[in-house]
Amino acid sequence: MTPRLRFVLQLGFTLLVCLFMIVPVVMSVLAGLTENYFVGLKSGLTLRWVDEVWALYSDTIWLSIRLALACLVVTIVLGVPAAYGLLRSRRRWANAIEETLLLPVAVPGLASALALLLAYGHYREFRDSWLFILVGHVLFTLPFMIRPVLAVMRSARLALLEEAAASLGAGFWRRFLTVVVPNCMSGILAGALMVVTLSIGEFNITWMLHTPLNKTLPVGLADSYASMRLEIGSAYTLIFLVMIVPLLITIQWLGRLTGQRH
Amino acid sequence: MSAVSQQRPQAGAASSRTPVPTAALRGLGHPALWALVPALTLFCAFWLLPFARLVLMGAEVDRGSGVSAYLAILTHRQYLTSLAATLGISLVVSLAAVGIAGLAGFFLARHRFAGKSLLVASLTFPLAFPGVVVGFLVIMLGGRQGALAQLSLWLFDERWMFAYSLLGLFVGYLYFSIPRVITTVMAACDTLDRSLEEAARSLGASTWQVARDVIVPGIAPALLSTGAICFATSMGAFGTAFTLGTRMSILPLDIYGEFTNYANFSMAAALSVVLGVITWIALSVARRLAGGGLGAPA
Repeated sequence: MTPRLRFVLQLGFTLLVCLFMIVPVVMSVLAGLTENYFVGLKSGLTLRWVDEVWALYSDTIWLSIRLALACLVVTIVLGVPAAYGLLRSRRRWANAIEETLLLPVAVPGLASALALLLAYGHYREFRDSWLFILVGHVLFTLPFMIRPVLAVMRSARLALLEEAAASLGAGFWRRFLTVVVPNCMSGILAGALMVVTLSIGEFNITWMLHTPLNKTLPVGLADSYASMRLEIGSAYTLIFLVMIVPLLITIQWLGRLTGQRH
Repeated sequence: MSAVSQQRPQAGAASSRTPVPTAALRGLGHPALWALVPALTLFCAFWLLPFARLVLMGAEVDRGSGVSAYLAILTHRQYLTSLAATLGISLVVSLAAVGIAGLAGFFLARHRFAGKSLLVASLTFPLAFPGVVVGFLVIMLGGRQGALAQLSLWLFDERWMFAYSLLGLFVGYLYFSIPRVITTVMAACDTLDRSLEEAARSLGASTWQVARDVIVPGIAPALLSTGAICFATSMGAFGTAFTLGTRMSILPLDIYGEFTNYANFSMAAALSVVLGVITWIALSVARRLAGGGLGAPA
């Protein structure tokens, strides 16, 4: 086999894999914009289905955005100090604690949600509010905030900078807010993108925790897939993609940027 | 030195002889540990304690069989076959994903050509698609009005479908596994010492020999770890299975069914704990091997 032929074969294989990933997405987008998918593209393109989805499900979209932002605030407030605490504790303890906090990611969301539901489900007011879903999202996304922040803290010679600040007389809070936080901004940004993306797309926990009045975007998606015509499900998926793909591209771009720096 | 600094922790900043900064930080070590308290409190209140209760609940008597739910899983055919099916499909999916995406990932890591970054982007951006969306994409491929059905109608005047079967589940799991494997394999290939490959080649090894004896052993930890992540993700993939139809006997669907349809809480709890332990072990293995990455879930 000549190198040329091998290259072409491998490229062909990779393109096939790529087609497998892309074709269904393209089909779904087209179906969401087609007048009648059963007839095909010749029935004409339309935004009618997108409008209909907006009329039916816009509250799920707003709830998802609200949840994602709230989740982001909570994970920053809890996660950045936690990462700092891990940085300052002995490596063995830090690893054990990090591993423990990772449990809600390691265990399927369905199981975590079931545990939450059986423990707190009878507090009606809590169970019926969107905060119940928020708790699930925070548990699940917290490690994704702690991990990048801790990584930046470990590589940023934070100890040295903090020592300098301490020797100049800065107290703990001053050091934390003016030295620690600004120096791990890149980690916070990476974590924030991940947290928002995961929160917007979270289904396994949310499906168990949602109530008819508190439906998030993915819950609405499942609902429309099960009970609406294909065009509506597709248009809804299109809206979801428009929300999430820019976030994903930014994450990839940021990852490549930091990858190059190392 | 450390003894001295511990004796007068607050004085460190002012004193001149002892290495000032270390002393200053030692003394203020406690607030740093307090920083962990809020996160750990939330975790204990809303995850650790509820899950501990779930573990205990699983030991309670199962409504259907009258024995402890954990025991019922081991003694009842229905649960055992569902457990075996879930394990089986997850294992096959991980192997297939590592094979397919490993090849593509290695190719992408080793060649430069026009449009490569676009190819990489389109192969990896579905990484964070939630399971429900992946399920819907499988329907677009193999459902009643899917790509395959349209193609087969046009070619043979028959409607071919696979979305609502175990094969549909397989395709869906493969869909969300491929991006994970590709990103890991590409990163692993970048760190692999290329001079080893060149040395093997200059000693007369064929391409296959180089692949078998140099490359695969070199990235074996990455392959195993990403395979374990795919396995764990597939085991717990509720969204995809849920979208594709609830008639399949798969562990996540069983848990959901026991909880919502039969209100059999002890059985739902026991199955959840079993599933959780399996995915936790798989992910621990993955992390031991790779030393990083959280394995974003589906």
